[in-house]
Amino acid sequence: MKAFLSILLRDIKLATSSFGDMLTLVLFFIMIGVIVPIAIGPDKDLLALIAPGVIWIAAFLSSLLALDKMFRQDFDDGSLLAMRHASISFEAIVFAKLIAHWLTSILPLIIATPMLALMLNMNAQILTYTIISLTVGTPALISFGAVGAAITVSLRRGGLIAPVLILPLTLPILIFGVSAIKTGTGVGTQGTALLILGAISLVTVAFTPFASALALKLTQE
Amino acid sequence: MPNKEAYSSQQINVSKLSLIRSERLILSDVNFSVKSGKAIFLRGDNGVGKTSLLMAIAGYLHIGAGEISWRTDNDNEEENSLIDNLHFIAHQTAIKPTLSLKDNLMFWCTLYGGAPEKVIDALKTVGLSHAIDFEAGLLSAGQKKRLSLARLLVANRALWLLDEPTSSLDREGDKLVANLIDNHLERGGIAIIATHLDLNIKNAKTFILTKTNQHGEIA
Repeated sequence: MKAFLSILLRDIKLATSSFGDMLTLVLFFIMIGVIVPIAIGPDKDLLALIAPGVIWIAAFLSSLLALDKMFRQDFDDGSLLAMRHASISFEAIVFAKLIAHWLTSILPLIIATPMLALMLNMNAQILTYTIISLTVGTPALISFGAVGAAITVSLRRGGLIAPVLILPLTLPILIFGVSAIKTGTGVGTQGTALLILGAISLVTVAFTPFASALALKLTQE
Repeated sequence: MPNKEAYSSQQINVSKLSLIRSERLILSDVNFSVKSGKAIFLRGDNGVGKTSLLMAIAGYLHIGAGEISWRTDNDNEEENSLIDNLHFIAHQTAIKPTLSLKDNLMFWCTLYGGAPEKVIDALKTVGLSHAIDFEAGLLSAGQKKRLSLARLLVANRALWLLDEPTSSLDREGDKLVANLIDNHLERGGIAIIATHLDLNIKNAKTFILTKTNQHGEIA
């Protein structure tokens, strides 16, 4: 457990020490929310209608942008190889890195969501649903991303290949993510989308450490 | 302070090992064995497969044919896996430039299950005690190598696999590496070292890999 936490803390420390990267990501996220109303025009009703979709698109693109960071540096400087003979399993290490990545790359986006809400004319209730939907759905997004990042980590230009590779897998997350905002929370027909989104997240987070660890082991051969 | 803690007795056997990487035969029919307290120098031209052999022993590579076995007298089954009992020091230093030396080493210490109080001692031993709180990005190549060698000292592991441990080190550094290995062997450890340098180590044999007959030979 100590070893698990040490990975988590190290990755968070490294991410916050390159604060500029984090800020760039959040600005990119906000930028999408800024250009959409300008491009669409000042139609408040239309903006409110498409807001859930726009926010998910913004979160989706920003998370793809951050994917490459997950393993790249540790692969290049030999840290990943040295982690292979740690006192905890390599799968556990990958899981810790996944959590750290969510905390440092996705959480800032969720925190910045209210700014988008302002631009897109969302009311308080829709904003709450959006934050819940993003919180529940993004673990699945970065889980698929982690597999893609692990497979492409040895390629120089892997940063662009991984998103293309995982795109088909992430479509259900987008579909249920957006409808979770529209239908809200709770059990019953109203909240079903959110439940399915949660199920997708739980399953992918459970399997990803094994898949990514295997992919990383193969690329190190 | 040299560490006096002894390892349980053990042996590594490499028999009829063949390695294939990217559809190319790198090594074939490699045989040797090392016991507690002994070291082996791997020598051979560049590109002959020294690093690949070390990586195969560490379990990073898929073995084409043959066997690498590890025996130990340690009865504790939980500690009886080779991958948990080795240190691998590769070319890449695995150092994060934005963290301090102490944080860098403390991370590996925790990850390898070592005792945190060893970190400062290890930094002293490798001659970096004056720079404990510096950012590791400020270090020279030789100092970075020293910092990565300090990983050997923070957790007790019986098998050391060292790939060019003296690269970019000064003469004092070469002596330091020899001392570290000597001390490790005295405690009953095993070291397999790929190097071109003549390190002055008592209990060491040399194993030569050549391109023409990919078999290794004990010289």
